[in-house]
Amino acid sequence: MLHMTAVNGTTNAGLQRPIYLDYQATTPCDPRVVEAMLPYFTEKFGNPHSRNHAYGWEAEEAVEQAREQVAAIIGADPKEIIFTSGATESNNLAIKGVANFYRDKKDHIITVVTEHKCVLDSCRHLEQEGFKVTYLPVHKNGLIDLAQLEAAITDRTALVSVMAVNNEIGVIQPLAEIGAICRKHHVFFHTDAAQGVGKMPLDVNAMNIDLMSISGHKIYGPKGIGALFVRRRPRVRLQAIINGGGQERGMRSGTLPTPMIVGLGEACRIAQAEMGVENERMHALRDRLLTGINARLPECYVNGDLEQRVPGNLNISFAFVEGEGLMMGVKDIAVSSGSACTSASLEPSYVLRALGLDAEMAHTSLRLGFGRFTTEAEIDYAINHIVEAVSRLRELSPLWEMHQEGIDIKSIQWAGH
Amino acid sequence: MSYSEKVIDHYEHPRNVGSFKKEEDGIGTGLVGAPACGDVMKLQIKVSAEGIIEDAKFKTFGCGSAIASSSLVTEWVKGKTLDEAASIKNTDIAQHLALPPVKIHCSVLAEDAIKAAIADYKKKSGSSDEAVG
Amino acid sequence: MSATAVYLDYNATAPLRQAAVDAMVRALRTTGNPSSVHGFGRAARRLVEDARDSVAEMVGAVPAGVVFTSGGSEANALGLTGFGHRHILASAVEHPSVLKAVDGVETVPVDRDGLIDLAALEALLRAAEGPVMVAVMLANNETGVLQPVAEVARIAHAYGALVHCDAVQAAGKVDIDMHRLGVDTLALSAHKLGGPQGVGALVLAAAEAEVIPLIKGGGQERRRRAGTENVPGIAGFAAAGRLALAEMQDAAQRLGALRDRLEAEASRVAPHTVVFGAGVERLPNTSCLALPGLSAQTAVMAFDLAGVAVSAGSACSSGKVAASHVLAAMGAGALAGAAIRVSLGWDSVEADVDRFIDVFTRVAGQRAASAA
Repeated sequence: MLHMTAVNGTTNAGLQRPIYLDYQATTPCDPRVVEAMLPYFTEKFGNPHSRNHAYGWEAEEAVEQAREQVAAIIGADPKEIIFTSGATESNNLAIKGVANFYRDKKDHIITVVTEHKCVLDSCRHLEQEGFKVTYLPVHKNGLIDLAQLEAAITDRTALVSVMAVNNEIGVIQPLAEIGAICRKHHVFFHTDAAQGVGKMPLDVNAMNIDLMSISGHKIYGPKGIGALFVRRRPRVRLQAIINGGGQERGMRSGTLPTPMIVGLGEACRIAQAEMGVENERMHALRDRLLTGINARLPECYVNGDLEQRVPGNLNISFAFVEGEGLMMGVKDIAVSSGSACTSASLEPSYVLRALGLDAEMAHTSLRLGFGRFTTEAEIDYAINHIVEAVSRLRELSPLWEMHQEGIDIKSIQWAGH
Repeated sequence: MSYSEKVIDHYEHPRNVGSFKKEEDGIGTGLVGAPACGDVMKLQIKVSAEGIIEDAKFKTFGCGSAIASSSLVTEWVKGKTLDEAASIKNTDIAQHLALPPVKIHCSVLAEDAIKAAIADYKKKSGSSDEAVG
Repeated sequence: MSATAVYLDYNATAPLRQAAVDAMVRALRTTGNPSSVHGFGRAARRLVEDARDSVAEMVGAVPAGVVFTSGGSEANALGLTGFGHRHILASAVEHPSVLKAVDGVETVPVDRDGLIDLAALEALLRAAEGPVMVAVMLANNETGVLQPVAEVARIAHAYGALVHCDAVQAAGKVDIDMHRLGVDTLALSAHKLGGPQGVGALVLAAAEAEVIPLIKGGGQERRRRAGTENVPGIAGFAAAGRLALAEMQDAAQRLGALRDRLEAEASRVAPHTVVFGAGVERLPNTSCLALPGLSAQTAVMAFDLAGVAVSAGSACSSGKVAASHVLAAMGAGALAGAAIRVSLGWDSVEADVDRFIDVFTRVAGQRAASAA
């Protein structure tokens, strides 16, 4: 069993391998979060909907405290927080829920080609049901064009869904500007903030966000829990996906998992308290990693904007080295080539393609994600490991050889297969 | 994805990595695949006057299975006649390396690389044999 | 909670089994997204797949047929909508997550014991046009009454309908073999059998069947349910399920005896006590009883003050305690307002029953005094 420990040694000798550098796929659960959850596993086990006895009340209190903690980190009112099983459900609920509720008057959704698969799949589902969907392109840096967004809005538009932070390249979309445009045109604005919460300041009111998806396990909380912010003023209404007991103001039925919710609340509390310091440290680690690689390897390209970006992510194309082969070569560090949800397929990442990257460059990318428990020593180890593997694989690469000989690989007539 | 021990062995200790000068006599070069597809294999054979493959070299851009497949075939073709080498089937490669179904295309590419190298050799040496591959 | 508190509300949620806690804490301390191909991801994947084996075994299914969900409500919704049916026939005593899964669920009446009216079901099936999905629960959450699911399945299949079975309350309490039951889909919830809240499963008899997902996105759960798997929840579910399965026969005997004593003593204390579903097969752990003239609300509050947790109506309503639709469907009339549900579980002991009877004796006595 592989364990991530919170306190990896800071010396090389104390390094535990493999080193986890896949924080966008999932984060280690913070030990403080686990601690906060434990009592609700054992003595405080009630069903928060049991209104007849103290076991239920105690669970309900814990749920409501967590609701406040989740609301606080995004500047929302606790009444505007709906608990779900995760950001995927939140995204499904927000997009399909709003579209279906307002379908008599509106039939148009705007989203972006680089959104998470579950957003795109929800939109495709709505297209099959007769909705029109506009998929906005992105610039080479991964950011959308605001003028294009505004031009796409019509009086039939129900919802604009643009993610806060991209899961593959970490770029931050201009939420406040998008929110202002949406509010001006009276269109609801949903943002998938699974990768953004706790990593950047978010304020649903200042940014005019109407719906926001939140994930537990991307912010050092448990898997299997998430939340959806649903604005009350002006009120956003949606059609539920899971009906029944009418929990969560009728928007999401099912017994609330108290320990998981407590874990999500605690994760938000910690993130809010530590975001400033943590981001500074992440910036330093990011610079160290990038500088370390660039100093020793030519022909490495960062995908996505480096400024408008959360600091815990680097997505780098190591030209002339194939990503999957590279992943095998860097087996002492756990990274991903493309998103975790799609890496089992052999297709190059649609996000990188959307940036205008050639398929061959998309094939050479690694996503390096780091966070709260990553140490400098781990970054240094990763630099060495990556540099060695890339150098070795370039020696094996016919494309690198051609590049060295001054042959433009684009000039060759490739057969394909 | 878990790789078989043989794939890992070839990936970590690839055999016959390198290049011959293309222009030299007796050298056949096969370059197959495409960067956009994530696999490119360059396989070269050095053929003796008697028509025996006496050496082979490769370079591959691709995943571990692609590297292993090409490394393996450089071993297999050595000492073989052109016809014997041309009869190596991708299924033999896939079976030997225990490739999973999603990686079968790597063995196909390796088979194509052998055929392309043989064809190139024949073209250069003016052999009138029908084109192979 | 005070150490002397007595928890008799297992059908609302069961306390977590220690083995489940251990499995969850282990999983919480294991980093990795099961979709990631590196070692961390594969370790998480292994936890999920081992759990899938255990859950499948619990209901006599194949692992590939198990789709993990966020709980029983989602499993019911997925089972009922996953095959594109617009026409759903459900027994009138089903859980709200079944009755409200989609608009326009048609109900099949039940008799005074809460058993589905098979003749009425058959008539509705005969009259139906287009594909029908029949929903019938294995055990009722309020009364514990067991439905003739195999019989329902036989009739439904004769009319070409599919059958979804909500086994949320039955799992871990009675033996389940979904092929012997003959149902097409089966819903499970972890927290009713000593596992964690927030995880459940839809089990498919046809393991390879395609399902229209409720939650779309990544290819998790064989494209039947998107979203990063709830690894700790799933591991805890399986741990609790394995225990429940191993202890089932002993537990049924032990809890059945406790429950029978509780009902016998309640009837001795207050001879007018009515036990719902007493004449038919029930879960061994559940007792739904009413003392005419004693308001359930009053009784439940008195029990709570005395440190005994029982429930009136079902827990799954949004705050207000509405009259039970289950008892109404059984024709209980005004008596429904007096119904108290007592449900026992793995940690229940003789002393819990004693405490219940003590309090029951007192409240029954007060009722008698105030009525006099």
